[in-house]
Amino acid sequence: MAVELTPEERAVAGGRAGEAAGIAMRLVAETARLMGARGLIPIASAHIDGALYHGPSGTLFAERLVAGGGRVSVRSTLNVGALDLTGCSRVRLEGEEREMAARLMAAYRRLGCEPSWTCAPYQAGHRPETGTDVAWGESNAVVFCNSVLGARTNRYGDLLDIACAISGRAPDYGLHRTENRQARLVFDLSDAPESFLADSAAWPVLGSLYGRLAGDTVGVVTGVRDNPGEDNLKAFGAAAASSGAVGLFHMTAVTPEAPDLANALGGQAPDETITVTAAMVRDAQARLSTAAGANRIDAVAIGSPHLSIDEFAALERLIGGRRLAVPLHACTGRHAIAVLDRTGRRKALEALGVVVIADTCVVVTPILPALANGVLMTSSGKFAHYAPGNTGYGVLFGSLADCVESAVAGKPVFSERPGWK
Amino acid sequence: MEMKGEILVEGEPGRGEALVLTAPISFWGGVESRTGLIGDVRHPQHGENVAGRVLFVPGTIGSSSASAVLLELVHGRHAPAALILDRPDAILLLGLLAAQEMGWPVPMAVRLDAGQHGAFAGHTVQVGRDGTIRTA
Repeated sequence: MAVELTPEERAVAGGRAGEAAGIAMRLVAETARLMGARGLIPIASAHIDGALYHGPSGTLFAERLVAGGGRVSVRSTLNVGALDLTGCSRVRLEGEEREMAARLMAAYRRLGCEPSWTCAPYQAGHRPETGTDVAWGESNAVVFCNSVLGARTNRYGDLLDIACAISGRAPDYGLHRTENRQARLVFDLSDAPESFLADSAAWPVLGSLYGRLAGDTVGVVTGVRDNPGEDNLKAFGAAAASSGAVGLFHMTAVTPEAPDLANALGGQAPDETITVTAAMVRDAQARLSTAAGANRIDAVAIGSPHLSIDEFAALERLIGGRRLAVPLHACTGRHAIAVLDRTGRRKALEALGVVVIADTCVVVTPILPALANGVLMTSSGKFAHYAPGNTGYGVLFGSLADCVESAVAGKPVFSERPGWK
Repeated sequence: MEMKGEILVEGEPGRGEALVLTAPISFWGGVESRTGLIGDVRHPQHGENVAGRVLFVPGTIGSSSASAVLLELVHGRHAPAALILDRPDAILLLGLLAAQEMGWPVPMAVRLDAGQHGAFAGHTVQVGRDGTIRTA
């Protein structure tokens, strides 16, 4: 099926608006062809995941766009890079790799992208309106944007995200279309005790279970009586997008496209209903740890997605001024650093042994010391998923409170949680 | 043996030993961008190298950085000689499209049902500009 471009889009693809604009429009149009889209749609904003260094070719591509006069035509925030440009933490990239990673980040700035450098742009002031079409990259940002904000995006990958941002267009397919946003699967939490759902440690576990069962199917979560709040929805979505190709979930009476179950399902019967049980949750939680039974930890890492100010407040409360025995890496963005630094809170945390990391995180770039058989404790379902492959550390998953107590004690400490027996 | 695939990306005709993947693959985290080695220990073809092979892919999973990995493979001359996909994957193929925009030679990408892939295992395979896939 041929893609129908407007005369304006054709002219841009032909190079009338400059070389970079031509490259961007051709890439978006070619993607539309591959995915069977009939045409392109205008987008309101973009979130760009392409500035994380994977090798020299990405830097050369971005610099070609800069040399060709490329400029984003919509608001475009940047996801993490491979370096902490704030100087809060030290990344162990050296020589040519460090230089190429820095050039990549600089090129995306020259294209007009905002130096947000965060995987939680939605907590850094970038919140597109419900129902608007956008082009967002990075799996957790995509899920939050679609599910919690109700804006419409596919899972845009590296290179295509910036092509959409420059052209101001996206291929009209997938989750941009209303008929593809209706839930086909019900994930029923009616049997979960309220005390369990009120505990933040439940949400990465539930997200991980949801992602594994849903894959790329749109689902609706039912049986949640109280709105879990934005940070828990963030943790659920991030874990779901790590264990499955989740791009959109609904939650009845919580997310904007699910005022009730019937609406979320678009009036159809679901293809599948999963009634979540205590045993399923126990199994999902066990899968998040690869170093179960470890009697020591080498580090703690939290903040995937990046910590919000509320989460920093919880961290400060839990530490309560105590000195940590092993470093606790707290990953966040400049939006949170700015608030912390206003009243000296970052320095106070650092004095206790917290390593604050901005612009990047511990699973995408080498920050943790290179250790054989290292053990990392985390409250993040996403860190738990990616840390073993990307850092070589085994992981222990625990609540934020358990992470803090373990960092103070220098060994794993697991308290009794309001579980689901 | 000769089959006709549907052209997804028109690159350079290629010839190489078939590497028929028996499970879907995530290029980011699954294939090392600097060497072409399949580094994912859970993948059945772990330890094989995609460079210069006619790569039969039954499905793709995972990260949206697959395009960056394929672009890097092309740039570093570790790309497959041709890509045979069961389904078009926009994220992966964008790596080829971006490489073309950079003026770097890219392999052909063609679509062929995964059920047909196994027949090519163990053969040297030629992929033509018209999308024909034949044993050499």
